[in-house]
Amino acid sequence: MRMMPRSRPPRVLPGFGLTLGFSLAYLGLIVLIPLAMAFLRAFNLDWNEFWAIVTAPRVLASYRLTFGASLIAALINTGFGLIVAWVLVRYPFPGKRLIDALVDLPFALPTAVAGITLTTLYAGNGWIGQFLKPLDIKVAFTPLGVVVALTFIGLPFVVRTVQPVLEDLEAEVEEAAASLGARRWQIFQRIIFPAIRPALLTGFTLAFARAIGEYGSVIFIAGNLPMVSEITPLLIVSKLEQYDYNGAAAVAVVMLVLSFLLLLMINLLQRWSRPGRG
Amino acid sequence: MRAWSNEHSSRPAAIATTEPAWVRALLLGVALLFLSLFLFVPLAAVFYEALRKGVGVYLAAISDPYALDAIRLTLLSAAIAVPLNLLFGIAAAWAIAKFEFPGKSLLITLIDLPFAVSPVIAGLIYVLLFGAQGWLGPWLNEHGIRIIFAVPGIVLATIFVTVPFIARELIPLMQAQGTEEEEAALVLGASGWRTFWRITLPNIQWGLLYGVVLCTARAMGEFGAVSVVSGHVRGLTNTLPLHVEILYNEYQFAAAFACASLLTVLALVMLVIKTLIQRRARRQLRLTNGEPA
Repeated sequence: MRMMPRSRPPRVLPGFGLTLGFSLAYLGLIVLIPLAMAFLRAFNLDWNEFWAIVTAPRVLASYRLTFGASLIAALINTGFGLIVAWVLVRYPFPGKRLIDALVDLPFALPTAVAGITLTTLYAGNGWIGQFLKPLDIKVAFTPLGVVVALTFIGLPFVVRTVQPVLEDLEAEVEEAAASLGARRWQIFQRIIFPAIRPALLTGFTLAFARAIGEYGSVIFIAGNLPMVSEITPLLIVSKLEQYDYNGAAAVAVVMLVLSFLLLLMINLLQRWSRPGRG
Repeated sequence: MRAWSNEHSSRPAAIATTEPAWVRALLLGVALLFLSLFLFVPLAAVFYEALRKGVGVYLAAISDPYALDAIRLTLLSAAIAVPLNLLFGIAAAWAIAKFEFPGKSLLITLIDLPFAVSPVIAGLIYVLLFGAQGWLGPWLNEHGIRIIFAVPGIVLATIFVTVPFIARELIPLMQAQGTEEEEAALVLGASGWRTFWRITLPNIQWGLLYGVVLCTARAMGEFGAVSVVSGHVRGLTNTLPLHVEILYNEYQFAAAFACASLLTVLALVMLVIKTLIQRRARRQLRLTNGEPA
């Protein structure tokens, strides 16, 4: 590292050392050191033991459910979130402000409340479940229930990332395109969609990441059958309850690594999709 | 928003800058149906289920001694977690927004880390540290200190999951505001503290309050992390969300939903405060950026 030049102006504002020191100490004690402990704990196991634990059939089934259901829920939220954001920004309708405010409900509502409510609604005799029963669709206590809960949890993300971008779009560009004879669908494809694509991806990523770790809402509605509707976070909890600390740490490490890799991948994708790159 | 509301009324012939009426109706219908299924109906159902067995059952459920203990513990852990994270948020935002230093973007990423970690893992790491078989477990046991399956563990887990909320509201706000005003105050002879209280704090007050509201909502509603470290001892280590779970698993549905309705009212109050603050915070940020409010 190069030495700082002498002529650099002195810092006028005070408190740099104090605030940075406090921030680092706090973050270290609360977040980083405890997280590092989980990794150290998993390294108590030798490689073969570790591999046997994290690739046990029941554990593999839980990854499939967790990541699969999270992906489906995030995709549902991307599609419908875009429509909700579009409607909220562009169309006038009564009760719009109230509905706009309520979109954030899943952020504010405790996940346990969401869990018991969705279970009651989507059970065979529930308000919504009773209409699905004649169609032979079971939601509560099946993997489909997991998707429903994760959709609820991730609902605000896409709406809230896309909404401000749609608000800031200049109407002039669309007008110009329209007066040059572009049809509405072409304008959406060529002008609007490229502008909101990064925001859509961000919203998708956030919803996906949130869904992977979700526990509270899912355990009520999933039924928690091993190999069928058991999510990975629940598996960690049940290992802990059997005092299998090393096993719990091993599965947790796999989850952490997988979700970091996914986030990294999606971040790269996002950089690549940004308009005007290169 | 601005551009649209102005243009719409004054446009002479509506060319293709909006969709045909049937498309608009369809999109609106789809959006409202989706929100109904996933938001409005569940919201109504909480209160319907809570009051289904009558007001008497409802009142009995929320004035039950165990429920009151749970409410007390929920408030206590929020009362500890929120001020600590507020202090952290201000300190981190001050260091990040007002100074240049190497590793800054790494620090910002690390602050967001708790959002990427499953709440269950947040609870797990403290069990691995402080639990009976944890690193510090034997030592704590010798000295008669209980952290896991006790209140300190619940508080720690709550702090972990709410670390980023206030910091990530303040960092962009303070970055946008720069350092000129503070520098002017200091040059004119104000002390560092005075500058902070008189210049910085008024500039960030709405963003700060917004972060506090988000942080409080999450602190009171956290389930997964708290569930792992709590041990579910009634009257001692049960927060309100955990109490809801216990009642529900005991098939006391009306009581479970009664307690859930308290948390729902809290969530709705947070949303109202949030909406009000957000409007002001946006104005604050816009004024800072020199845009019209």
